[in-house]
Amino acid sequence: MSMVRVLVGTRKGAFVLTSDATRDRWDISGPHFAGWEIYHVTSSPADPNRLYASQSSGWFGQQIQRSNDGGQTWEPVGNKFAYDGVPGTHQWYDGTPHPWEFKRVWHLEPSLTDPDTVYAGVEDAALFRSIDGGQTWQELPSLRGVKGHLWQPGAGGMCLHTIVLDPSHPERIFIAISAAGVFRTDDAGKTWRPMNRGLKSPYELPDPQAEVGHCVHRIAMHRSRPGVLFMQKHWDVMRSDDAGESWHEISGNLPTDFGFPIAVHAHEPDTIYVVPITSDSEHYPPDGKLRVYRSRTGGHEWEALTHGLPQRDCYVNVLRDAMAVDALDACGVYFGTTGGQVYASANAGDSWAPIVRDLPAVVCVEVQVLP
Amino acid sequence: MIRVVLPAHLRTLAHVDGEVSLDVEGQVTQRSVLDALEACYPMLRGTIRDQVTHQRRAFVRFFACEEDWSHEPPDAPLPDAVAVGAEPLLIIGAMAGG
Repeated sequence: MSMVRVLVGTRKGAFVLTSDATRDRWDISGPHFAGWEIYHVTSSPADPNRLYASQSSGWFGQQIQRSNDGGQTWEPVGNKFAYDGVPGTHQWYDGTPHPWEFKRVWHLEPSLTDPDTVYAGVEDAALFRSIDGGQTWQELPSLRGVKGHLWQPGAGGMCLHTIVLDPSHPERIFIAISAAGVFRTDDAGKTWRPMNRGLKSPYELPDPQAEVGHCVHRIAMHRSRPGVLFMQKHWDVMRSDDAGESWHEISGNLPTDFGFPIAVHAHEPDTIYVVPITSDSEHYPPDGKLRVYRSRTGGHEWEALTHGLPQRDCYVNVLRDAMAVDALDACGVYFGTTGGQVYASANAGDSWAPIVRDLPAVVCVEVQVLP
Repeated sequence: MIRVVLPAHLRTLAHVDGEVSLDVEGQVTQRSVLDALEACYPMLRGTIRDQVTHQRRAFVRFFACEEDWSHEPPDAPLPDAVAVGAEPLLIIGAMAGG
Protein backbone atom coordinates (compact mmCIF):
# COMPACT_ATOMS: atom_id res chain seq x y z
CA MET A 1 0.00 0.00 0.00
CA SER A 2 1.20 3.50 -0.74
CA MET A 3 2.42 5.77 2.00
CA VAL A 4 1.72 9.49 2.38
CA ARG A 5 4.36 11.83 3.77
CA VAL A 6 3.41 15.39 4.70
CA LEU A 7 6.29 17.83 5.17
CA VAL A 8 5.47 20.70 7.50
CA GLY A 9 7.57 23.78 8.17
CA THR A 10 6.75 25.94 11.19
CA ARG A 11 8.06 28.98 13.00
CA LYS A 12 9.99 26.67 15.34
CA GLY A 13 11.06 23.66 13.33
CA ALA A 14 10.02 21.07 10.75
CA PHE A 15 7.78 18.06 11.22
CA VAL A 16 7.19 14.98 9.08
CA LEU A 17 3.73 13.39 9.22
CA THR A 18 3.27 9.92 7.74
CA SER A 19 0.32 7.65 7.11
CA ASP A 20 -0.69 4.77 4.91
CA ALA A 21 -2.98 5.50 1.98
CA THR A 22 -6.09 5.42 4.13
CA ARG A 23 -4.86 8.68 5.68
CA ASP A 24 -6.63 7.82 8.93
CA ARG A 25 -3.76 7.43 11.41
CA TRP A 26 -0.66 9.55 11.38
CA ASP A 27 2.79 9.31 12.90
CA ILE A 28 4.50 12.60 13.65
CA SER A 29 8.26 13.09 13.80
CA GLY A 30 10.06 16.26 14.77
CA PRO A 31 10.83 18.92 15.48
CA HIS A 32 13.72 18.86 13.05
CA PHE A 33 15.89 22.00 13.30
CA ALA A 34 14.13 22.86 16.56
CA GLY A 35 13.82 26.55 17.23
CA TRP A 36 14.52 27.66 13.66
CA GLU A 37 11.98 29.08 11.24
CA ILE A 38 11.38 26.67 8.39
CA TYR A 39 10.17 28.68 5.45
CA HIS A 40 9.95 25.68 3.16
CA VAL A 41 10.60 21.94 3.16
CA THR A 42 9.94 20.00 -0.01
CA SER A 43 10.93 16.98 -2.06
CA SER A 44 12.41 16.23 -5.45
CA PRO A 45 9.90 14.86 -7.99
CA ALA A 46 12.81 12.88 -9.45
CA ASP A 47 13.85 11.25 -6.15
CA PRO A 48 11.24 11.22 -3.41
CA ASN A 49 13.82 10.65 -0.67
CA ARG A 50 15.75 13.78 -1.64
CA LEU A 51 14.36 16.61 0.50
CA TYR A 52 15.42 20.23 0.81
CA ALA A 53 14.62 22.60 3.67
CA SER A 54 15.09 26.31 4.13
CA GLN A 55 16.06 26.98 7.73
CA SER A 56 16.18 30.61 8.82
CA SER A 57 16.96 32.58 11.96
CA GLY A 58 16.99 36.26 12.76
CA TRP A 59 20.15 35.62 14.78
CA PHE A 60 22.11 33.17 12.66
CA GLY A 61 20.84 33.69 9.13
CA GLN A 62 20.10 31.16 6.42
CA GLN A 63 20.79 27.45 6.21
CA ILE A 64 19.80 24.99 3.51
CA GLN A 65 19.40 21.42 4.71
CA ARG A 66 19.32 18.37 2.47
CA SER A 67 18.14 14.86 3.21
CA ASN A 68 18.80 11.77 1.10
CA ASP A 69 16.65 9.42 3.17
CA GLY A 70 13.25 11.05 3.27
CA GLY A 71 13.96 13.25 6.26
CA GLN A 72 15.45 10.73 8.69
CA THR A 73 18.83 12.47 8.53
CA TRP A 74 19.82 15.88 7.24
CA GLU A 75 23.02 17.66 6.28
CA PRO A 76 23.59 21.39 5.88
CA VAL A 77 24.63 22.31 2.34
CA GLY A 78 25.48 25.66 0.76
CA ASN A 79 24.05 28.82 2.25
CA LYS A 80 25.90 31.48 0.29
CA PHE A 81 23.40 33.48 -1.75
CA ALA A 82 25.44 36.25 -3.33
CA TYR A 83 23.69 38.49 -5.81
CA ASP A 84 25.34 38.64 -9.20
CA GLY A 85 27.33 41.87 -9.53
CA VAL A 86 26.30 45.03 -7.74
CA PRO A 87 22.59 44.55 -7.15
CA GLY A 88 21.63 48.22 -6.96
CA THR A 89 18.38 49.34 -5.39
CA HIS A 90 14.67 48.56 -5.34
CA GLN A 91 11.95 50.76 -3.87
CA TRP A 92 11.42 50.91 -0.14
CA TYR A 93 7.93 51.15 1.39
CA ASP A 94 8.04 54.95 1.08
CA GLY A 95 9.15 54.86 -2.54
CA THR A 96 12.78 55.75 -1.86
CA PRO A 97 15.62 53.63 -3.29
CA HIS A 98 16.76 50.85 -0.98
CA PRO A 99 19.75 48.56 -1.48
CA TRP A 100 19.16 44.92 -2.29
CA GLU A 101 20.01 42.76 0.76
CA PHE A 102 19.72 38.99 1.09
CA LYS A 103 17.54 38.01 4.05
CA ARG A 104 16.25 34.46 3.60
CA VAL A 105 15.05 31.72 1.26
CA TRP A 106 11.27 31.59 1.07
CA HIS A 107 10.77 28.78 -1.38
CA LEU A 108 12.72 25.85 -2.80
CA GLU A 109 11.60 24.20 -6.03
CA PRO A 110 13.48 21.07 -7.09
CA SER A 111 13.75 20.28 -10.79
CA LEU A 112 11.15 17.93 -12.21
CA THR A 113 13.85 15.64 -13.59
CA ASP A 114 17.14 16.09 -11.68
CA PRO A 115 17.33 15.74 -7.89
CA ASP A 116 20.53 17.83 -7.78
CA THR A 117 18.99 20.83 -9.51
CA VAL A 118 16.91 23.07 -7.30
CA TYR A 119 15.71 26.66 -7.49
CA ALA A 120 15.52 29.05 -4.52
CA GLY A 121 13.31 32.11 -4.29
CA VAL A 122 14.77 34.60 -1.87
CA GLU A 123 14.13 37.88 -0.08
CA ASP A 124 15.13 40.52 -1.28
CA ALA A 125 13.57 39.09 -4.39
CA ALA A 126 15.80 37.08 -6.67
CA LEU A 127 15.96 33.58 -8.12
CA PHE A 128 18.93 31.31 -7.50
CA ARG A 129 19.70 27.87 -8.91
CA SER A 130 21.90 25.05 -7.68
CA ILE A 131 22.94 22.18 -9.95
CA ASP A 132 24.97 20.37 -7.30
CA GLY A 133 22.37 19.41 -4.76
CA GLY A 134 22.39 22.74 -2.97
CA GLN A 135 26.13 22.97 -2.37
CA THR A 136 26.53 26.15 -4.42
CA TRP A 137 24.01 28.70 -5.65
CA GLN A 138 24.08 30.99 -8.66
CA GLU A 139 21.66 33.83 -9.26
CA LEU A 140 19.67 34.11 -12.48
CA PRO A 141 20.24 37.86 -12.47
CA SER A 142 18.36 39.03 -15.53
CA LEU A 143 15.12 38.69 -13.58
CA ARG A 144 16.07 41.72 -11.50
CA GLY A 145 16.65 43.57 -14.73
CA VAL A 146 12.92 43.56 -15.42
CA LYS A 147 12.23 46.89 -13.74
CA GLY A 148 13.68 45.66 -10.44
CA HIS A 149 14.30 49.24 -9.44
CA LEU A 150 10.49 49.65 -9.25
CA TRP A 151 9.79 46.55 -7.15
CA GLN A 152 8.60 47.22 -3.64
CA PRO A 153 8.25 44.95 -0.60
CA GLY A 154 4.89 43.65 0.50
CA ALA A 155 4.05 43.62 4.20
CA GLY A 156 5.98 40.38 4.63
CA GLY A 157 9.06 41.60 2.81
CA MET A 158 10.11 41.65 -0.84
CA CYS A 159 10.07 37.93 -1.34
CA LEU A 160 10.18 35.65 -4.35
CA HIS A 161 7.77 33.08 -2.93
CA THR A 162 6.44 31.06 -5.85
CA ILE A 163 8.31 29.04 -8.47
CA VAL A 164 6.32 26.97 -10.96
CA LEU A 165 8.13 24.73 -13.44
CA ASP A 166 6.35 23.88 -16.69
CA PRO A 167 6.44 20.09 -17.26
CA SER A 168 5.76 20.45 -20.99
CA HIS A 169 8.33 23.16 -21.63
CA PRO A 170 11.53 22.49 -19.66
CA GLU A 171 12.94 25.99 -20.14
CA ARG A 172 9.75 27.77 -19.02
CA ILE A 173 9.54 28.94 -15.40
CA PHE A 174 6.95 31.14 -13.72
CA ILE A 175 7.85 33.02 -10.56
CA ALA A 176 5.90 35.42 -8.36
CA ILE A 177 7.11 38.21 -6.11
CA SER A 178 5.40 40.33 -3.46
CA ALA A 179 4.97 43.05 -4.54
CA ALA A 180 6.23 42.94 -8.09
CA GLY A 181 4.00 40.34 -9.73
CA VAL A 182 4.41 37.32 -12.01
CA PHE A 183 7.34 36.86 -14.37
CA ARG A 184 8.05 34.15 -16.95
CA THR A 185 11.14 32.90 -18.68
CA ASP A 186 11.04 30.68 -21.77
CA ASP A 187 14.80 30.19 -21.97
CA ALA A 188 15.71 28.75 -18.56
CA GLY A 189 16.22 32.13 -16.94
CA LYS A 190 18.26 34.00 -19.52
CA THR A 191 15.45 36.47 -20.18
CA TRP A 192 12.22 37.26 -18.35
CA ARG A 193 8.97 39.09 -19.07
CA PRO A 194 6.41 40.46 -16.61
CA MET A 195 3.12 38.57 -16.86
CA ASN A 196 0.65 40.86 -15.12
CA ARG A 197 -1.76 42.03 -17.80
CA GLY A 198 -5.30 42.02 -16.43
CA LEU A 199 -4.32 42.28 -12.78
CA LYS A 200 -5.99 45.21 -11.03
CA SER A 201 -4.52 46.82 -7.94
CA PRO A 202 -6.19 50.24 -8.05
CA TYR A 203 -5.15 51.43 -4.60
CA GLU A 204 -1.49 50.47 -4.85
CA LEU A 205 -1.11 50.94 -8.62
CA PRO A 206 -3.40 53.59 -10.10
CA ASP A 207 -1.95 52.91 -13.56
CA PRO A 208 -3.95 49.96 -14.94
CA GLN A 209 -1.19 49.30 -17.47
CA ALA A 210 1.55 48.99 -14.81
CA GLU A 211 3.75 46.05 -15.76
CA VAL A 212 5.14 45.46 -12.26
CA GLY A 213 4.08 46.21 -8.71
CA HIS A 214 1.22 43.76 -8.16
CA CYS A 215 1.06 41.88 -4.86
CA VAL A 216 0.66 38.31 -6.07
CA HIS A 217 0.35 35.86 -3.18
CA ARG A 218 0.53 32.51 -4.95
CA ILE A 219 0.09 30.85 -8.34
CA ALA A 220 -0.75 27.23 -9.10
CA MET A 221 -0.83 24.98 -12.16
CA HIS A 222 -2.10 21.51 -13.02
CA ARG A 223 0.62 19.43 -14.66
CA SER A 224 -1.70 18.22 -17.40
CA ARG A 225 -2.62 21.73 -18.50
CA PRO A 226 0.37 24.00 -17.98
CA GLY A 227 -1.06 26.87 -20.01
CA VAL A 228 -3.71 27.46 -17.35
CA LEU A 229 -2.63 29.23 -14.18
CA PHE A 230 -4.58 30.14 -11.09
CA MET A 231 -3.64 33.00 -8.80
CA GLN A 232 -4.50 34.17 -5.33
CA LYS A 233 -3.64 37.85 -5.42
CA HIS A 234 -3.61 40.16 -2.41
CA TRP A 235 -7.23 40.81 -3.35
CA ASP A 236 -8.82 38.85 -6.22
CA VAL A 237 -8.61 35.25 -7.35
CA MET A 238 -7.43 35.21 -10.97
CA ARG A 239 -6.98 32.81 -13.88
CA SER A 240 -4.88 32.81 -17.00
CA ASP A 241 -5.64 30.61 -20.00
CA ASP A 242 -2.61 31.70 -22.01
CA ALA A 243 0.36 30.88 -19.77
CA GLY A 244 0.24 34.20 -17.98
CA GLU A 245 -0.10 36.50 -20.98
CA SER A 246 -3.40 37.79 -19.58
CA TRP A 247 -5.46 37.28 -16.45
CA HIS A 248 -9.14 37.50 -15.62
CA GLU A 249 -10.93 37.44 -12.31
CA ILE A 250 -12.70 34.30 -11.10
CA SER A 251 -13.55 35.37 -7.54
CA GLY A 252 -17.27 34.84 -8.24
CA ASN A 253 -19.27 34.16 -5.09
CA LEU A 254 -16.38 33.94 -2.63
CA PRO A 255 -17.20 35.67 0.67
CA THR A 256 -13.93 37.58 0.32
CA ASP A 257 -11.30 37.26 -2.35
CA PHE A 258 -8.36 38.07 -0.08
CA GLY A 259 -6.19 35.13 0.88
CA PHE A 260 -2.84 33.46 0.50
CA PRO A 261 -2.79 29.85 -0.80
CA ILE A 262 -4.36 28.39 -3.93
CA ALA A 263 -4.14 24.75 -4.98
CA VAL A 264 -5.36 22.57 -7.85
CA HIS A 265 -6.90 19.11 -7.44
CA ALA A 266 -4.43 16.37 -8.47
CA HIS A 267 -6.75 14.79 -11.06
CA GLU A 268 -9.27 17.49 -11.97
CA PRO A 269 -7.56 20.52 -13.51
CA ASP A 270 -10.63 22.70 -13.09
CA THR A 271 -11.06 21.95 -9.38
CA ILE A 272 -9.31 24.55 -7.27
CA TYR A 273 -9.10 25.46 -3.61
CA VAL A 274 -8.65 28.74 -1.74
CA VAL A 275 -9.01 29.82 1.89
CA PRO A 276 -10.72 33.22 2.01
CA ILE A 277 -9.40 35.58 4.67
CA THR A 278 -11.33 38.60 5.89
CA SER A 279 -9.02 41.33 4.63
CA ASP A 280 -5.45 42.56 4.45
CA SER A 281 -5.86 44.17 7.85
CA GLU A 282 -7.72 41.22 9.43
CA HIS A 283 -5.78 38.07 8.65
CA TYR A 284 -8.37 35.55 9.83
CA PRO A 285 -11.40 33.84 8.29
CA PRO A 286 -14.67 35.77 7.99
CA ASP A 287 -17.09 35.28 10.90
CA GLY A 288 -14.62 33.12 12.82
CA LYS A 289 -15.44 30.17 10.49
CA LEU A 290 -12.58 28.28 8.89
CA ARG A 291 -13.80 27.43 5.41
CA VAL A 292 -11.96 26.11 2.40
CA TYR A 293 -13.69 27.10 -0.83
CA ARG A 294 -13.69 24.74 -3.79
CA SER A 295 -14.57 25.50 -7.37
CA ARG A 296 -15.19 22.56 -9.71
CA THR A 297 -15.65 24.89 -12.67
CA GLY A 298 -12.24 26.53 -12.81
CA GLY A 299 -13.48 29.52 -10.87
CA HIS A 300 -16.51 31.82 -10.57
CA GLU A 301 -18.66 29.25 -8.75
CA TRP A 302 -17.43 28.29 -5.30
CA GLU A 303 -18.72 26.05 -2.52
CA ALA A 304 -17.76 26.26 1.13
CA LEU A 305 -16.13 23.14 2.58
CA THR A 306 -16.77 23.12 6.31
CA HIS A 307 -17.27 19.55 7.51
CA GLY A 308 -14.73 18.92 10.24
CA LEU A 309 -13.40 22.48 10.30
CA PRO A 310 -14.11 24.86 13.20
CA GLN A 311 -17.17 26.97 12.45
CA ARG A 312 -16.98 29.34 15.37
CA ASP A 313 -14.32 31.35 17.21
CA CYS A 314 -11.58 30.48 14.74
CA TYR A 315 -9.11 33.27 13.97
CA VAL A 316 -6.15 31.57 12.35
CA ASN A 317 -4.57 32.28 8.98
CA VAL A 318 -3.33 29.93 6.26
CA LEU A 319 -0.10 31.13 4.67
CA ARG A 320 0.75 30.98 0.97
CA ASP A 321 2.86 27.81 1.01
CA ALA A 322 0.70 26.01 3.56
CA MET A 323 -1.69 24.09 1.28
CA ALA A 324 -0.96 21.00 -0.80
CA VAL A 325 -2.68 18.08 -2.51
CA ASP A 326 -1.69 14.44 -2.81
CA ALA A 327 -2.01 12.28 -5.92
CA LEU A 328 -4.04 9.45 -4.44
CA ASP A 329 -7.53 8.63 -5.58
CA ALA A 330 -9.48 10.30 -3.99
CA CYS A 331 -7.27 13.36 -3.96
CA GLY A 332 -6.09 14.39 -0.51
CA VAL A 333 -5.99 18.06 0.45
CA TYR A 334 -3.90 19.41 3.32
CA PHE A 335 -3.37 22.78 4.92
CA GLY A 336 -1.67 24.17 8.00
CA THR A 337 -2.66 27.18 10.07
CA THR A 338 -0.93 29.88 12.05
CA GLY A 339 -2.58 28.27 15.08
CA GLY A 340 -0.50 25.12 14.59
CA GLN A 341 -3.15 22.79 13.21
CA VAL A 342 -2.61 20.67 10.12
CA TYR A 343 -5.92 19.61 8.59
CA ALA A 344 -6.32 16.84 6.05
CA SER A 345 -9.11 15.74 3.78
CA ALA A 346 -8.93 12.29 2.18
CA ASN A 347 -11.92 13.01 -0.07
CA ALA A 348 -11.00 16.12 -2.04
CA GLY A 349 -12.25 18.46 0.64
CA ASP A 350 -15.67 17.01 1.42
CA SER A 351 -14.64 16.40 5.04
CA TRP A 352 -11.67 17.33 7.15
CA ALA A 353 -9.90 16.22 10.29
CA PRO A 354 -6.84 17.55 12.07
CA ILE A 355 -3.70 15.45 11.78
CA VAL A 356 -2.11 17.46 14.57
CA ARG A 357 -3.41 20.42 16.53
CA ASP A 358 -0.65 22.05 18.50
CA LEU A 359 2.40 22.68 16.37
CA PRO A 360 4.04 26.09 16.20
CA ALA A 361 2.55 28.39 13.55
CA VAL A 362 2.62 26.52 10.24
CA VAL A 363 4.49 28.21 7.41
CA CYS A 364 4.46 25.53 4.70
CA VAL A 365 2.91 22.17 3.87
CA GLU A 366 3.98 19.79 1.11
CA VAL A 367 2.85 16.22 0.51
CA GLN A 368 4.30 13.16 -1.16
CA VAL A 369 2.80 9.80 -2.10
CA LEU A 370 5.41 7.04 -1.83
CA PRO A 371 5.08 3.60 -3.37
CA MET B 1 44.49 25.85 21.60
CA ILE B 2 41.88 28.58 21.39
CA ARG B 3 38.62 27.82 23.17
CA VAL B 4 35.31 28.99 21.70
CA VAL B 5 31.86 28.65 23.24
CA LEU B 6 29.07 28.60 20.66
CA PRO B 7 25.39 29.36 21.26
CA ALA B 8 23.13 26.33 21.50
CA HIS B 9 21.66 26.55 17.99
CA LEU B 10 25.12 26.67 16.45
CA ARG B 11 26.38 23.76 18.58
CA THR B 12 23.48 21.74 17.20
CA LEU B 13 24.22 22.86 13.66
CA ALA B 14 27.92 21.98 14.00
CA HIS B 15 27.21 18.72 15.86
CA VAL B 16 29.41 19.64 18.83
CA ASP B 17 28.94 19.49 22.58
CA GLY B 18 30.51 21.98 24.92
CA GLU B 19 33.45 24.10 23.90
CA VAL B 20 35.24 24.00 20.56
CA SER B 21 39.06 23.94 20.51
CA LEU B 22 40.87 25.47 17.56
CA ASP B 23 44.42 25.87 16.29
CA VAL B 24 44.82 29.46 15.19
CA GLU B 25 47.75 30.57 13.03
CA GLY B 26 49.40 33.89 13.89
CA GLN B 27 47.79 36.60 15.97
CA VAL B 28 44.62 35.68 17.81
CA THR B 29 41.90 38.06 16.65
CA GLN B 30 38.18 37.82 15.97
CA ARG B 31 38.97 37.34 12.30
CA SER B 32 41.61 34.63 12.76
CA VAL B 33 39.45 32.74 15.26
CA LEU B 34 36.40 32.89 12.99
CA ASP B 35 38.50 31.86 9.99
CA ALA B 36 39.71 28.81 11.92
CA LEU B 37 36.22 28.07 13.23
CA GLU B 38 34.66 28.19 9.76
CA ALA B 39 37.46 26.08 8.30
CA CYS B 40 36.76 23.34 10.86
CA TYR B 41 32.99 23.72 10.74
CA PRO B 42 31.97 24.93 7.25
CA MET B 43 28.30 24.77 8.18
CA LEU B 44 28.87 27.79 10.43
CA ARG B 45 29.76 30.02 7.48
CA GLY B 46 27.26 32.84 7.34
CA THR B 47 25.85 32.21 10.80
CA ILE B 48 28.17 34.50 12.77
CA ARG B 49 29.33 36.92 10.10
CA ASP B 50 28.14 37.69 6.60
CA GLN B 51 29.69 35.41 3.97
CA VAL B 52 30.42 38.25 1.57
CA THR B 53 31.19 41.29 3.75
CA HIS B 54 32.43 39.35 6.83
CA GLN B 55 30.50 41.81 8.99
CA ARG B 56 29.25 40.42 12.29
CA ARG B 57 25.56 39.53 12.12
CA ALA B 58 23.47 42.09 13.95
CA PHE B 59 22.25 39.81 16.75
CA VAL B 60 25.55 38.06 17.45
CA ARG B 61 27.91 39.28 20.16
CA PHE B 62 31.46 38.39 21.20
CA PHE B 63 32.51 38.30 24.85
CA ALA B 64 35.91 37.49 26.38
CA CYS B 65 37.20 37.88 29.92
CA GLU B 66 33.85 39.41 30.93
CA GLU B 67 34.15 42.17 28.35
CA ASP B 68 32.10 42.86 25.22
CA TRP B 69 34.39 42.66 22.18
CA SER B 70 31.58 42.91 19.65
CA HIS B 71 32.42 46.39 18.47
CA GLU B 72 36.18 45.98 18.38
CA PRO B 73 37.84 45.84 14.95
CA PRO B 74 38.03 42.27 13.60
CA ASP B 75 41.83 42.41 13.49
CA ALA B 76 42.29 43.70 17.05
CA PRO B 77 44.16 41.18 19.22
CA LEU B 78 41.93 39.32 21.65
CA PRO B 79 42.99 39.23 25.34
CA ASP B 80 46.08 37.20 26.21
CA ALA B 81 43.96 34.89 28.34
CA VAL B 82 42.05 33.88 25.18
CA ALA B 83 45.25 33.60 23.13
CA VAL B 84 46.77 31.12 25.61
CA GLY B 85 43.55 29.17 26.08
CA ALA B 86 42.97 30.18 29.69
CA GLU B 87 39.64 31.80 28.82
CA PRO B 88 37.19 31.07 26.00
CA LEU B 89 35.82 33.44 23.39
CA LEU B 90 32.07 33.46 23.96
CA ILE B 91 29.86 33.82 20.87
CA ILE B 92 26.41 34.82 22.03
CA GLY B 93 23.04 35.12 20.35
CA ALA B 94 21.89 38.53 21.60
CA MET B 95 18.73 38.73 23.65
CA ALA B 96 16.23 40.36 21.33
CA GLY B 97 12.65 40.11 20.26
CA GLY B 98 10.76 40.89 23.46
